[in-house]
Amino acid sequence: MGIPNLWRTKGQRYSLAGEICPSCSQHIFPPRDVCPHCAKPAGPIHTLSGRGEVYSYTTMYNVPQGFQEQSPYTVALVKLEEGPMVTAQLTDVENEEVAIGMKVEMVTRKLREESEEGQIVYGYKFRPRLTEAA
Amino acid sequence: MFNQPNRAVGIVGYGAYVPRFRLPGSEISRVWTEGNSRSPIREKAVPGKDEDTATMSIEAARNALARAQIDPQLLRAVWVGSESHPYAVKPTGTIVAEAIGATPVTLAADWQFACKAGTEATQAAIGFVGSGMGDYALSIGMDTAQGRPGDALEYTAGAGGAAYIIGPAEQACALIQRTGSYVSDTTDFWRRPTTHYPSHAERFSGDPGYFGHVVPAAAALMAEMGTTPADYRYVVFHQPNAKFPTRALEQLGFTKEQWQTGLLVREIGNTYAGAAMIGLTAVLDVAAPGDRILMVSYGSGAGSDGFDLLATDKITEVQTRAPSTRSYIERRVQIDYAQYVRMRRKLATH
Ligand SMILES: [Zn+2]
Repeated sequence: MGIPNLWRTKGQRYSLAGEICPSCSQHIFPPRDVCPHCAKPAGPIHTLSGRGEVYSYTTMYNVPQGFQEQSPYTVALVKLEEGPMVTAQLTDVENEEVAIGMKVEMVTRKLREESEEGQIVYGYKFRPRLTEAA
Repeated sequence: MFNQPNRAVGIVGYGAYVPRFRLPGSEISRVWTEGNSRSPIREKAVPGKDEDTATMSIEAARNALARAQIDPQLLRAVWVGSESHPYAVKPTGTIVAEAIGATPVTLAADWQFACKAGTEATQAAIGFVGSGMGDYALSIGMDTAQGRPGDALEYTAGAGGAAYIIGPAEQACALIQRTGSYVSDTTDFWRRPTTHYPSHAERFSGDPGYFGHVVPAAAALMAEMGTTPADYRYVVFHQPNAKFPTRALEQLGFTKEQWQTGLLVREIGNTYAGAAMIGLTAVLDVAAPGDRILMVSYGSGAGSDGFDLLATDKITEVQTRAPSTRSYIERRVQIDYAQYVRMRRKLATH
């Protein structure tokens, strides 16, 4: 992903900025022009709570170029409280502790570094919730 | 002495962050001295492979926002003090501001003054809000400090820090009653732009450095306020180790009951720009309305900022709105030196 694309998507990557459809009231993530639920124009930006649970997961030992620094790590499908499903890396957890249904919360972390001299890409990951109330 | 701001200000929200990994001092001693040197602290906090000063600042800032319960769009400054900014050129402040939803109508910048960078940003935030240029300003002190492998500083160079939202006194959980500062050109600890690890003048860092600034800064602030150590329920000093602050505090006439709540260095290490500031969050987590607090930072180079604070009736309700400093300290995963070498990129793979 190049610099322009990273710049355009920073809101969704840093803070789970999604949308609420003005027609059918469904939460949409990532933001887009047309609601995937009712095909009407999608709505204004609405930041998701970041709370959800692990729907499915896999631990990766052979990771793509640029991600070796953090391997091995677990990638999960996270079902957010508001409805959307997102794919994200889990963090602050031992890979063998991950379980389906685990309650997680969004944090903003380093996703990768392009090189020693390149830019650092930040984005959302999920971790076990620090507190049930939070 | 400093004038008071045009309008009274205080802390309307605060938040701490400590990464979860801990490296015991005994591990460093094992690798470098065959276990023959005693670590000055029990263990230090180490950031995970996906953490840096930006990500840690974002979490502390979100905790401060959760406590303040304000719209991040009302922040008019996002200032990050650190000596471990992820970029040499490109502000950490804009990354944090974007992630917490404070952009675009805000100042955003990084501050640099060794371990005093965070409290310097807080002083500026007090002036900014106190002059009426904005209602809220966020100041952060955060570091992922690195010591040269085998160096004495490797035992203590830790990771963590805190974020403070300064706002109008009427909304504050702690009033800022007065601040002071005391600086001089003293070269006790430094790092040139292209080097990775800092250098330090071992014998200089104590007397002319730390004690030569922390003690007069505290004494001057108490003289201006007409207070004695007995007037404070809690006191927090910059903590590069446990020995320096306790010696300075004893010299000034404070007691262990006043400093132990905010003395975290034995458990998380020296968090540099975060050190005094996260000591203060640990105090605010347990403070009661009416408790008076003295905080004095120290940054090599050198200087100290002093703050005289008073917890208000609002302190009790904000305490539980975000994770406590203790809860971060207790979230603890012990690592060994080999894991530390990988996490902190001390291993050449090419
Ligand atoms: Zn729709």
